[in-house]
Amino acid sequence: MSRYIPATAEERRRMLEYLGADSMDTLFSGIPEKVRQKNPPRLPDPLSEPEMVRDLRVLAGRNRNADDLPCFLGAGVYDHFIPAAVDSIVSRGEFTTSYTPYQPEVAQGTLQSIFQYQTMVCELTGMEISNASMYDGATAAAEAAVLAASSTKRKKILWGRNVNPQTREVLKTYCWSRNLEFGELPAENGRIDHAALEKMLAGGDTAALVVQSPNFFGNIEDLKTLGEAVHGAGGLFIVSTDLLALGILEAPGKLGADIVVGDGQSVGNPMNFGGPAFGFIAVNKPLMRKMPGRICGQTVDGKGRRTFVLTLQAREQHIRREKATSNICSNQNLCIVAASVYLSLMGPGGLRETGEQILAKTAYTVDQLEKTGKFRRAFNGVPSFRETVLLCDEPVADLNRRLLDAGIIGGYELEPEYPRLKNGWLVAVTENRTKEEIDRLAAVAGGDA
Amino acid sequence: MSRPMETLFEASRAGRVGYALPPLDVPGVDCGEALQGACRENAPRLPEMAEVDVIRHFTGLSRMNYSVDEGFYPLGSCTMKYNPKINEAAARMPGFSRIHPLQPEETVQGALELMYILSDMLAEITGMDAVTLQPAAGAHGEQTGLMMIKAWHESRGDTKRTKIIVPDSAHGTNPASASVTGFDAVEVASDEEGMVDLEALRALMDDTVAGLMLTNPNTLGIFEKHILELTETVHRGGGLVYYDGANANAIMGKARPGDMGFDVLHLNLHKTFSTPHGGGGPGSGAVGVKAELEPFLPAPVIVKKGYRFGLERLKDRPRSIGRVRSFFGNFGVLVRAYTYIRTLGAAGIVEASEMAVLNANYLAKKLSSLYPLAHKGWCMHEFVLNGGPLKHETGVSSLDVAKALIDAGYHPPTVYFPLIVPEALMVEPTETESRETLDRFAEAMEAIAAKARKEGPEAFHDLPVTTPVSRPDETTAARNPILRWQFDENS
Repeated sequence: MSRYIPATAEERRRMLEYLGADSMDTLFSGIPEKVRQKNPPRLPDPLSEPEMVRDLRVLAGRNRNADDLPCFLGAGVYDHFIPAAVDSIVSRGEFTTSYTPYQPEVAQGTLQSIFQYQTMVCELTGMEISNASMYDGATAAAEAAVLAASSTKRKKILWGRNVNPQTREVLKTYCWSRNLEFGELPAENGRIDHAALEKMLAGGDTAALVVQSPNFFGNIEDLKTLGEAVHGAGGLFIVSTDLLALGILEAPGKLGADIVVGDGQSVGNPMNFGGPAFGFIAVNKPLMRKMPGRICGQTVDGKGRRTFVLTLQAREQHIRREKATSNICSNQNLCIVAASVYLSLMGPGGLRETGEQILAKTAYTVDQLEKTGKFRRAFNGVPSFRETVLLCDEPVADLNRRLLDAGIIGGYELEPEYPRLKNGWLVAVTENRTKEEIDRLAAVAGGDA
Repeated sequence: MSRPMETLFEASRAGRVGYALPPLDVPGVDCGEALQGACRENAPRLPEMAEVDVIRHFTGLSRMNYSVDEGFYPLGSCTMKYNPKINEAAARMPGFSRIHPLQPEETVQGALELMYILSDMLAEITGMDAVTLQPAAGAHGEQTGLMMIKAWHESRGDTKRTKIIVPDSAHGTNPASASVTGFDAVEVASDEEGMVDLEALRALMDDTVAGLMLTNPNTLGIFEKHILELTETVHRGGGLVYYDGANANAIMGKARPGDMGFDVLHLNLHKTFSTPHGGGGPGSGAVGVKAELEPFLPAPVIVKKGYRFGLERLKDRPRSIGRVRSFFGNFGVLVRAYTYIRTLGAAGIVEASEMAVLNANYLAKKLSSLYPLAHKGWCMHEFVLNGGPLKHETGVSSLDVAKALIDAGYHPPTVYFPLIVPEALMVEPTETESRETLDRFAEAMEAIAAKARKEGPEAFHDLPVTTPVSRPDETTAARNPILRWQFDENS
């Protein structure tokens, strides 16, 4: 008998008796005979908790993790430090085992957390309105593209080839399913090629331009100029960014963004093999009523006390059904609680200091690698954050193999996706990397170790 | 429960910190120089707090939430079963939580194996041929499944199929998912028993219909008795049938969607497979398909090559609908679901559904003297009470009943859904509740009905009174939206 089920055999018998049912099978008599399952599912035998722990340890042990190997891999997921206080809060059953806050009187904890999260996203992005979060950065970008198409009544979405490939794949899927068109812009010196952009905008049919900054190569785009260009063509400007980076980078809202999206893993969520974390989306007032997903608002209760509720639900699927702007009906709530705890602990100063350390450590890493004589920067004179593209004098697969043998997770191999970046290597350096680890990286990569 | 709390922004004091970074061990750089003018001009107004204040703030917030760990949560259609603690410990193992999704395959064999086995187990439980774990939520799974239906028709050059049929008792996500994948949602009526009207379906079925979405057991908690005729009708008309797994907790080991004629389905791992709801997420909406749809699965697909696990990527899967989320989905949620199924094994999985159904029928019978049931005969894992007569007799609505239940120490059932039952109260006790819990809940419902008859609706209007706040003014919230903290610009 399962340890998760309190009812004893005797209690089950009595409950059946109360119902006047001879057996469990009687209760399932509504299932037509023809589809009734004759045999139990073929599954592995049940495990006691000690056996389960052993099984999990074996599986977990077949993964090499960033506690043991310094990680210089980024490309959308980053090894940032997470204070213990974060997991202490998100482990609380009151946050973990509650449902979506449909009964606000018994969900003020979740609702106020969302409201505070929305405020923090607004502060970081420089936008007026945030929702309660999206599945991830990629789907947030796709939903933003859909929003822009519906708002401009145009069908074409543009984005740079230097937007994260995962995001581009999701954008393509969503465009196909929504019957939207798209175009990909080439990069010039690691940033969007302005001349190509002007040419593609000239048709006057662009609903939105999606720009990632820092982009997939780590480079910071000239958002202001790009925004002006797309606005000039009557389209919306969607900026995909990173919450941690916004502790030090100018808020996209100040640079002309109409919609700001991105992935929030970097603030307080573990890498988790790519999920869960969360995506964020923020807009200004004109797009408020087209925003997808949950939104929490402040109001009062019958006694005039400050109260938080899910609001503007007329946009959502459970009211509008087939006319809803999006079908999303959840948020990555526990992950945004983690982010809120992280951001509260760090504050503006901590986020800034983290950003400065990342800048310094990235610069040091590039310097050390260049000194080996085997690496050079792919892009010159372009500011970057946390990630840099280096061109190596050997295939990246070989380089990463040597690093792994030396106990280091190397950077991302760019060439399969970007054939023109021959032996291109995308190296991520977070505040979590130490000088000793960076020196070891340079020594092994340079062939001295 | 505690009282309303000040916000983080009110609690913030300039100069307080809740973090410590190691001293910088490499040469510092000038931010303005390094970023060439991309540097932030004004600092974001994030809270400035010491760690103790942050912990007390969020602990205080947590105490304003009702949760499964605290008590009974009979929220219909949400399967608020107990979330085992071992699942949480599993997901936090560094070998799962501290791995990067782009690490070389040979360094993440355990993670790939876990997903491979989980997919296999879900396929076996549902009778499907292949499963993707990429979708992040139930609605995302619906969208993914419908995309595959769309791609399947497109691949056959059949482009005139633009409609998806959805029963009038369906969850709101069904029609919304249909329209976000470029289909028109068309409603099919329920018959007097609450099941899909077979004749109505036959009348709707033509060569413009791409498919039917169905929840079975349906939202009234009953199994569609004509299920084979329904799926056959759609197939004969050239459509595919989608199974919404919202209610899969009723039928594990008892019937498989794959044997009922469904072509594609999603499962909510956060319902049926015990992963916690987290106040709204993260969840996971695994999608299963029959072999004919396998080529259309989102990429990458995890494959076994001898003793090794690897990935088939988008470029190797030309008919794939593409990617619907970054990386592999909500992996941490998958670890929990894997742990749950391995813990239960076949016997435990069957037992879970049996007890879910036994508990539901037991509670339904207990409450049937107070409220008419929307179904006849046995229900499956949940049931719907018709609150109409009580409202008619006493003026007390199902919303009032819900609020009174809060004061009695329970999370209320789902109210006003499904739309086909007036004043609906949808109750799903799940298998993890004891008989005493069900008995006490029935007593609380009885006391509320008695109070309604004795005192009338006025006695309910100010409920709940035991919570940090009472009923919110939702109209003002929507009319004059305040969606973020308003900083006092003068302070």
